[in-house]
Amino acid sequence: MSSLSVLILAPLLLFCFISTLVGIWRLRWAYAAAITGMALALAAAGTGFYRVLSEGELHHFLGGWPPPFGIEYVLDYLSAFMAVIIVFIGLIAVIYPPEAGLYHTPRRGIPAYGLVLLLIGGLVGVVITGDLFNLFVFLEIYSLASYALITLGGDRAVVASFRYLILGTIAGSFYLLGVGFIYFSTGTLNMADAARLLPPLYGSPTIMAAVALIVVGMGIKMALFPLHVWLPDAHSYAPPVVAAILAAIQIEVAGYVIVRFMLTIFQPQYFIDILPVTTVIGWVAAAGIIFGSVMAIAQKDFKRMLAYSTVAQVAYIGLGIGLANPLGLIGALLHILNHAFMKSCLFLVAGGIRYQTGLHAIPQFAGLGRKMPLMMTAFTVAALSMVGIPPTAGFFSKWYLVLGGIEASNWVFVAVILASSLLTAVYFFRMIEKLFATPSEGDPAVERAKEPPARILGPILTLATGIIVLGLINALIVSYVLQPVVALLP
Amino acid sequence: MVAIDLFLSRYVYLMIVILLAIGLYGMLGKRNLLKKLIGMNIFQTAIFLFFIEGATKAGGTVPVIDESLGMEAAKYINPLPHVLILTGIVVGLSLTGVALAFLLRIYRAYKTLDDRDIMANMKESSE
Repeated sequence: MSSLSVLILAPLLLFCFISTLVGIWRLRWAYAAAITGMALALAAAGTGFYRVLSEGELHHFLGGWPPPFGIEYVLDYLSAFMAVIIVFIGLIAVIYPPEAGLYHTPRRGIPAYGLVLLLIGGLVGVVITGDLFNLFVFLEIYSLASYALITLGGDRAVVASFRYLILGTIAGSFYLLGVGFIYFSTGTLNMADAARLLPPLYGSPTIMAAVALIVVGMGIKMALFPLHVWLPDAHSYAPPVVAAILAAIQIEVAGYVIVRFMLTIFQPQYFIDILPVTTVIGWVAAAGIIFGSVMAIAQKDFKRMLAYSTVAQVAYIGLGIGLANPLGLIGALLHILNHAFMKSCLFLVAGGIRYQTGLHAIPQFAGLGRKMPLMMTAFTVAALSMVGIPPTAGFFSKWYLVLGGIEASNWVFVAVILASSLLTAVYFFRMIEKLFATPSEGDPAVERAKEPPARILGPILTLATGIIVLGLINALIVSYVLQPVVALLP
Repeated sequence: MVAIDLFLSRYVYLMIVILLAIGLYGMLGKRNLLKKLIGMNIFQTAIFLFFIEGATKAGGTVPVIDESLGMEAAKYINPLPHVLILTGIVVGLSLTGVALAFLLRIYRAYKTLDDRDIMANMKESSE
């Protein structure tokens, strides 16, 4: 028993209040408070991750009430892995300066940083909780924080955010209804207890309906094609830092919930054989990968292109779940990590370009590569990783997905992954060509452009370095962290 | 007779399903954003009612131990779903509050809450 799991959450929620309160007087203090909270949480998450690797699962009983009556927080391989990714990306996002990340410095008293901490806190809560209803509460906490943060992008963002709010609430309510079915069938809300009580009920139509509701709800939150309709608007109108957090970690957490239900709450066999959940997710994801990539090629606005690329990339995670074999699931989980680094790096680059030049449409970017070589090198690294060129991290998650597809003899999925790499190459190489090879058209914004200040460049270069480092150490991550997670699969 | 008995014992669930359907129609079928929000509230309330209905027991009383009734669980209704729904209501209330604030901002920016008019307005301003 260890309280480390709660110690990740505590600084986030505490500094959410502190940051909001001191932000009434001084914005700089809110910024400092947010970084402090996030750094403390990262220290706790790092320690927790290390302890899990050396000692195994850590359980904490909130308020001293043992499960199944009390709420339990669990840090195991999967949740510790997710928590570290979430808090790390959160820290990078709050360090990124607000004038570039939120378009302009928010007015005094606007709790932008408090909301970011609340968003990250909600995400961490979802991954560490061991209670089905508590998961719903954290789901709504992070959703509320993201609805509010998206509106910082202006009037269009408010409309997009309202649409997202309606669909997000449908998703949350579906989850709650599913949990209600499970509760009235088993009489428990604790995940471990439910896992023990559920197997005799596998034939029951109530449990089948519960699984269907929960998977559809999480499919909406995860923006799995064709439930992605809210995503392109919300992510392209949101300010760059918010879009980075949403695309890099927020939607992946819904994927985590599906994996959690599949591996720990139900036995994987239930999702694979008794109900064809994984088959449906896999085929829907395969369609989503192609759809997202083709739509991304059609976009002119850089952030909108990234948003459609998110639809495709998150579908890779769905595809890995759909393959339902160890290699495929390793690919999916590794892709959560890699996509977090790549997509947040790209969105922060979008913020940097907008801050330095005011430009946002790709055709206007001609010649920018020579003006800001460092930032555009970071962009190129992230873009190559999206395409999947070794030794960048993106190559390895696709490699495992392809291996999983071959093992399942599902040649359509293999073809989809390879085809989508080509499509991704089309839209990113088009942009790299614009940046480096096309001569500047004499646009004054491009002529005056220069390398952004170190405060903007720092987070971007950190992420770009991270992409290469993750590519080099991926074998370690797979064998020490992900192999134990997928050991539950047949 | 069997069908009527079944209906009488389950009619609350039928009502809940009808409410869920009305709520979904409001959220997805209506063009006015405020009506979408009302639909969302109906949908959530239906789920709350589902939990409350699941907690009731025929002849059960308030879940505070009564000396004359003893410790038998069947004589008290299940308090846990009530507690969950109390949290659920708080979540629903904050969602409604945030959504109303968004609607105010949308109305100030576009002078309408009609989905189609807002879309037309957005398209115009981007050209």
